[in-house]
Amino acid sequence: MQADSISLLFILVLSIFLGFELISKVPSTLHTPLMSGSNAISGITLVGALIAAGEGSDAMTLALGTAAVAFATINVVGGYLVTDRMLGMFKRKGGENKK
Amino acid sequence: MNGIYINLAYIFASILFVIGIKMLSSPTTARKGNLVSAVGMLMAVVTTLLKSGLGYQWIVIGLVTGTVIGAVTAYRVAMTAMPEMVALLNGFGGIASLLVGWAEFRRIGGAGWGTLIPIFLAVLIGGVTFTGSMLAYGKLSEKLSSKPWLFPGQGALNAALMLIALAAGVMMVTGIGPDGASTWALWTAIGLSLVLGVLAVVPIGGGDMPVVISLLNSYSGLAACAAGFIISNTVLIVAGALVGASGLILTGIMCKAMNRSLFNVLFSGFGAGSAGNGSAEAGEHGEAKPISADDAYYVLEAARNVLFVPGYGMAVAQAQHAVRELANLLIENGAEVRFAIHPVAGRMPGHMNVLLAEANVDYDLLVEPHAVNPTMETIDVCLVIGANDVVNPAARDDKNSLIYGMPIIEVDRARSVFVLKRSMRSGFAGIENPLFYKENTRMLFGDAKESIARLVEQFKED
Repeated sequence: MQADSISLLFILVLSIFLGFELISKVPSTLHTPLMSGSNAISGITLVGALIAAGEGSDAMTLALGTAAVAFATINVVGGYLVTDRMLGMFKRKGGENKK
Repeated sequence: MNGIYINLAYIFASILFVIGIKMLSSPTTARKGNLVSAVGMLMAVVTTLLKSGLGYQWIVIGLVTGTVIGAVTAYRVAMTAMPEMVALLNGFGGIASLLVGWAEFRRIGGAGWGTLIPIFLAVLIGGVTFTGSMLAYGKLSEKLSSKPWLFPGQGALNAALMLIALAAGVMMVTGIGPDGASTWALWTAIGLSLVLGVLAVVPIGGGDMPVVISLLNSYSGLAACAAGFIISNTVLIVAGALVGASGLILTGIMCKAMNRSLFNVLFSGFGAGSAGNGSAEAGEHGEAKPISADDAYYVLEAARNVLFVPGYGMAVAQAQHAVRELANLLIENGAEVRFAIHPVAGRMPGHMNVLLAEANVDYDLLVEPHAVNPTMETIDVCLVIGANDVVNPAARDDKNSLIYGMPIIEVDRARSVFVLKRSMRSGFAGIENPLFYKENTRMLFGDAKESIARLVEQFKED
């Protein structure tokens, strides 16, 4: 358990550094899509929710898990769609849609 | 599916998230990047579903409900309502992490500290994210007053509640106390996290919302991270950390754009009590000079270089389409047109950019303050549309001003400035704006959308 936690911590630390490197130079034009897009990614907690809803054995745990799945799915689906809608409007000269 | 393949799939999903976020940082690749990260998400979800021993009944109910609600709201929401939409979705991510922590606590109750600490953190951070985001949603959608709300002893109360929450965490993790105490400790942590989320956002005013949403965004990532530690799942940790980092970077950018520390934004209740101080000095500045739309048209018609400076007022008046029409007419008329966007204009990071994109404004025309300020003397007309504090020269000149040191768009150095405004009321922070009384400033009073529509008509008549 402990060794496992340490290696997960190791992954966490490296990921944080990676995150800072990745996002340090975002143009302000894209701040909103970046925020809503990363917001959708934070819905990854859905994976945890799926396990809770799928492995729960008593009614209460199942209810908590199912609610978690629903909320996380709203976050994921809503987040990605709204980001896509926004980014679809960012255009360049001549009205051509840059894809 | 075999454990190794599951983990390999998770690694691949993590790679897709990283690439997706990387692509989000350029306008030309952003949309594809979002798709790449969505594919990563789909992959993580499908992989998890293939894990053996899951009961699908409840999962399907949750997935279908969430997909329908998420998709319908995403398609229905108006672009002007984007800040509150982001806050709402963010809150849902937070509550999901809280529920995962709670469910896992029931499922694997007496596990070691390596699981219990993350459960506590997922609950605490998830709860704060949830109620904090809901309150931000209320303030942004104007269902609640956007004024900061301060009361005596607020800091002490927050600190005390935080300490109790931490004590509950210690009880949960160590299992000290009578039988069932750790369950009570969990409930205490849940309750307090929800209260703390509310208390964290009440002292923050509408104009500081860009900072708050960025920070809450970061929290939702950290909550997902904690959930990842509970179930020892790497993809949650990687994705959560990426979001946590991205939210923190945005928070930093927003604070820097206001020349304030995060501490100051979170705890000072900026703008709560400063209204009196500004209006007392109003007399010194002399008269603001109004201008009619007709006269404004003649000046604009002759202008060769025009700069638009939009602010939250443009969003309120829904004037972005009218603004684009005017910009196009000015361009046809031979003028160089640009839009100067302050990082904290509006109610979330990049708010103005989204609205102008919705109105089909070419993003190459959008410039940042530091790029446009050096050329300010060459600009014939600055049209300030519903922006106030971000063009306030007091931030540069008046050491006593609340916003002294905040980087601004120095429109007062342009040849002439038209300020489109409903009335002489000061901005959200309640700070008097000397720009309105400058020699080269004219006030075009009225609803921004109507004023601009009148200018557009004038151009079309010629």
